[in-house]
Order: sequence, then C-alpha cells, then structure tokens
Amino acid sequence: MSELKIKTMAEFLAEGQAPEVLFWVGCAGSFDDRAKKVTKAFAKLLHNAQVSFAVLGKEESCTGDPAKRSGNEFLFQMQAMANIEVLNAYEIKTIVTTCPHCFNTLKNEYPSLGGHYEVLHHTQFLKQLIENGRLSVSGGTFKGKRITYHDPCYLGRANEIYEAPRALIAKLDAELVEMKRCKRDALCCGAGGAQMFKEPEKGNKDINIERSAEALETKADIVAAACPFCNTMMNDGITQHNGSSAVKDVAQLIAEAKDL
Amino acid sequence: MGLQQLLFSAILLLGIGFFAFNVKRLIRSIRQGKPVDVIDRKKERTFAMIRLAFGQQKMQRNVLVGVLHLVVYLGFLIINVELIEIIIDGVFGTHRALSFLGAGYDLAIALFELFAFAVIVSVVVFWIRRNLMHIKRFRSAELKGWPKLDANLILIIELVLMFLFLGMNAADYALQLRGVAHYSPAGSFPISSWITPIFNSWSDGHVIAIERGLWWAHIAGILGFLNYLYYSKHLHILLAFPNTFYASLDPKGKFENNATVTREVKAMLAMEAADPNQEIERFGAKDSTDLTWVQLMNAYSCTECGRCTAACPANQTGKLLSPRKIMMDTRDRATEISSSKGVKDVAEHTLLDHYISREELWACTSCNACVEACPIGIDPLSIIMKMRQYIVMEESAAPGDLNAMMTNIENNGAPWAFNAQDRLNWVSD
Ligand code: SF4
Ligand code: SF4
Repeated sequence: MSELKIKTMAEFLAEGQAPEVLFWVGCAGSFDDRAKKVTKAFAKLLHNAQVSFAVLGKEESCTGDPAKRSGNEFLFQMQAMANIEVLNAYEIKTIVTTCPHCFNTLKNEYPSLGGHYEVLHHTQFLKQLIENGRLSVSGGTFKGKRITYHDPCYLGRANEIYEAPRALIAKLDAELVEMKRCKRDALCCGAGGAQMFKEPEKGNKDINIERSAEALETKADIVAAACPFCNTMMNDGITQHNGSSAVKDVAQLIAEAKDL
Repeated sequence: MGLQQLLFSAILLLGIGFFAFNVKRLIRSIRQGKPVDVIDRKKERTFAMIRLAFGQQKMQRNVLVGVLHLVVYLGFLIINVELIEIIIDGVFGTHRALSFLGAGYDLAIALFELFAFAVIVSVVVFWIRRNLMHIKRFRSAELKGWPKLDANLILIIELVLMFLFLGMNAADYALQLRGVAHYSPAGSFPISSWITPIFNSWSDGHVIAIERGLWWAHIAGILGFLNYLYYSKHLHILLAFPNTFYASLDPKGKFENNATVTREVKAMLAMEAADPNQEIERFGAKDSTDLTWVQLMNAYSCTECGRCTAACPANQTGKLLSPRKIMMDTRDRATEISSSKGVKDVAEHTLLDHYISREELWACTSCNACVEACPIGIDPLSIIMKMRQYIVMEESAAPGDLNAMMTNIENNGAPWAFNAQDRLNWVSD
C-alpha cells in the first residue's frame, strides 16, 4: 500500500495554495486506535476522489464538545475561540469531519462565537462526491451482506441527518436492515454528553449493552457506525455479547468496497 | 332578574374571577425565570404551534392514541361552544337562545352529541390504558400519589361532564316532546334521544327538576374544571400553545452559548476590555429561578405523559434519571417559591439536591431523545445542561473522571492525555 500523503494547512499556505476543504480529524480520529482507521479510510477516499484537502495537524485542538456537555462553558468557549482564530486565520470556508460531535459543535455552536463555515459530516461529503461523479462505488465485497446502521445522536436527532449514511450503504449492494429503534427513535450508544469519559451512573445495564443487543437482533454481518464514540461503544457491547457482527464506519465500508 | 339568573351570574363571575386569579399566579410563577430572546422568526413559530399544538403532529406517532387524543381535544373545544348558549340562557333565563339559527343549530347540537359520545369512548380507552394495561411510562416512580390521582381525576371529570351534557339534553328533549312551556322544540339529539325514554313515566315537574339539575351541574362542572387546571397537568390544554410557539427552532444539537462566559473569555483572551460594571450572575442553574421563563413555562406545560422518559436511554437502563421528573420537579419548585412569599424559608431548599439529584444529572447522555419525543416541544435536556453548568462552573464539583478529561483539554487540547504534537501520527501508523 502506498504511503498516505497528508498536507497540513500550514503547508498549503507555504505553497500559496488553498485546499478545497479542511478535514477536521478530531481528537478521537487522531488518537483513538479504532477511529484512526476511519480517518485513514476517509483520507484515502478523498485522495481517490481527487479532493484537495488539508488537515490542521498539531494546530487542531479539541472543539470543546465534551467540556460543553459536561457543563464547562468556560473551557468550551476558550477552545472554540482558539480554534476559530486558527480557522479564520487560514480563511477556511468548508470543513468536513468524521465525528458528529465535532460536526455539531463546529456547525451549530461556533457561528455565534465568530466561526462561520460550511460544515459537512463525512457521510454527507462522500454522498456529494458520488453524486458529482467524483467517487464511484460498486458493491462487490458486500453483495448479499446484511448491514445495520446505528444513528449517532449528534448526527441524527441533533441535526436530522438520517439519509446520507444510508444512501452510502445502499451503494454497497448490501441489505440494509434497520434496528427496532432507528432514525429519530434511535437509541443512544451511551457515549454522548461526555459519558464517554466517565463511568456510567448506577443502573441495571450499560446503555451500549442494550443498544448492541438490538443491533445483534437484526442478525447483521456488519454494524455500520458514523461516529468514533458510537463505534467504540457498539464494538465493546458486541464483544461483551460475544456477537460476531463487525462494527465499521461507513467510510471504512466504502473504502473496503473500493479495495483502498 | 329571577333568583336562578342572579345565582347563575354570581357563580359565573366567581368561576371566571378565580380562574383569572390563577392565571395571574401562573404568570407570576413563570416570570420568575430569566429573560430570553425568543421573539424572532414569528412565522416559523406560528407554523410550529399550528402543527404541534393544534395538529398534535407528534401525538399521531401512535395512531390509536393520537386519534383518540384528538377526539377528546376537539370534542372538548367544540362542545364548549355550547357554553356561549349556556351563559346566555343562564343570564337571561332563555331556553336555547341560539335556536333561532334553525337548521344550523340542529346540526351543531347533533355534532356536539356525537363528539360527546366519541369523547366518552376515548376517555374510557385512556382510563384502561392508564390503569389496567402495563404501560411502563404510566408506572414510573414520579407518578405515584397526586400525579396518578390527577390523571385519573381528569378522565373522570371529562366523563362526568359528557354524561351531564347528554343527560341535560335528554331531559330537555323529553320536555320538548311533551310541549312543556318554556321548552320549545330546538336542537337535534342523535345520542341523548336514546336516553330520553327513561323519563317516559316521570311527571313534568320531575323531568324539569332533572333538566335543571343537570344543566346546573354541567355549567358548575365546567367552571370547576377550568379552575382545576391550575393544580393539574391538564394545564397543557392552554400552555401547549405558547409552549410550542416559543420552543427552539434550531437544530437540537445546538446548545446555547452562555453570553456572560463569552464576554469573560474574550476579556481573558484580551479580545475585549472587561466591563467592570458587569454584574456577575450565577453560572448555570442551582434553582428554578436561574432558569429562563421558557424553561419554567415548559415545566408548567408538561403533561406528565412520560414519552420523554420512555425514550430516555439512561432511564431504560435503570438509571435514576427521568426527564419527566426533571420537568415535574422544576414546576413543583417554581410553585413552591412563588407561593411562599417569605412565609417559609425556601432558600435553603433548592432545585439542585432537594428536588433533582446530581446522580440524575450526570446520567444524561445529551442524546435528545426526550426532546424529540415530547409532543409539545419541551426541552428537559436544556435544564439538565444548565444544572451541570452550575455544578461545574460554580462548585467545581464534576465527577473525577470528567475533571481529568477537562484537565487534558486544557493542557494538551484533547480529552485524553495525548500530545498535540502527535496529532498526525495516524498517517504513518
Ligand atoms: S437527553 Fe438526557 S434526559 Fe433526555 S433522553 Fe437523552 S439521556 Fe435522557
Ligand atoms: S416533558 Fe413532554 S414528553 Fe415528557 S412528560 Fe412532559 S409532556 Fe410528556
């Protein structure tokens, strides 16, 4: 496999050029082992579609989402304003991100603090690339496979994006099977609201156990995710149930179908 | 003016007067909340109100319940048009004053009767669902006691009012058939005419007494019910309208950015000079008075239906959190404050800890399922978030794990202890 070439905004600027989009990798996408694979898969797809994109690299910092959902408005706004300063200095217009939390924060919570960008979730962006004929997908590998899709709260209910990821799965020629609760009724994976970073409160079950059981009920070969936290939560849950379904991000599925 | 008319006018004034008094109390309770800018986008707001409150769009997600609820609601609205006539008859001693409308009048009365019958059927189904079927959202801990009684009382009162209405018509119709003076033929009675034969063997005087009795009970019942609203979850029949009007139109993922914090952060980053005169307000919410008036109105509008709690992932997995309880607690606390007037020391007794525990607040995943589920646009999540803000920003009392996460963000710009220099390591991994 050829070495992945990733350029930072700083490098673009040094060459006096501007990329088409900024890929906001996010903390999970940068540091979490499962999420890093998604980052890579998405970057490969961008290359394949000949999208000129940049990352911020070490200039990227947490959007502040987990701080805000924990109630630390100060820390959130400090992070946001620092990020906005960087983004505005580079005159960023369009941002694409693989994390629904980053997506939601950048899109909805940055504008009133001075950060105005067109923000896209990677499933939306990939769908656009396919529609514009820049990216082609054929099902091959996934033909006849059952895939269920878990709606991330911050993509689904929070921003009402239900169709883009499903449209991508439809391109795989696989059978999309819905869980009992899906789209606006989808059950949370348990990670949101900064729960990812703490022990759950007392209860009789962990939320990801409940949700992954529902995913397993569909007898899907693959549980498609579109959020790094859901990805981890669903994978942990399925492992605990000794389930055999693989959890993969939609971008990974597309990249695999293209043998990238 | 006859004695009956005088008595009627007095009761009417008393009923309406006490209702006005309660409305004022309610407004005072809601006004305890902080101001919030919600006067924008009037057209969209009106449209949302029409869809959600008049159209009950979200109620229709369960078709059976949705339709029955619409029947009860429309039935109630429509039948209460009859109130106009009742008031005229009561004050002026007339009999069916609007009957001069002729065929239209007959049609209206017939329609009222059909609706009354449909309301009776619906209310019985609701009672069965609530009491006999094991529907989880009707059996949570927060519904024990008054809320459960309240819910059943509403159903019983509705049932009784409908029977009074039909009974009154049946007796009236019997008297019309007999040609008794004052009871000139008016109206058409598709349902109550089935009851009328009961009176066949009764003397005119007895039937008149029954007709009067039911007529009085009906109007007294309606005035009583009107005044019961204030003490009941049934307040939603009024508040659902402003509540859906003022509900957020933004994507649910957008949480408001605290403007005071923005000013302070800007001052800290030297982007703006600090304003020395700025009053330092409390961050977040410790008590109901720290919430906005829209959040308090949400609390008073809550129907206690529990759709939010049934959808809540934390609640489903046995955590203490129930978004419905968040709303009920907020309302109870706001009422406690507005009705105490210094009689009782209520300052030691705040929404946080005395009503809503920290464990509940920290169980929330901010998934928005509760907001999505609420038929009347209530946002329990915004209250949870505001209370978390108080705990974290005023008390620095976040759970240890979260403090560690926040320290990481402060130190290295990520919620985990990774170095910002390593952000591109994924490329070569
Ligand atoms: S946002 Fe919080 S309270 Fe509302 S349903 Fe989700 S976990 Fe429950
Ligand atoms: S907040 Fe809404 S969904 Fe929850 S109990 Fe109240 S009315 Fe029902």
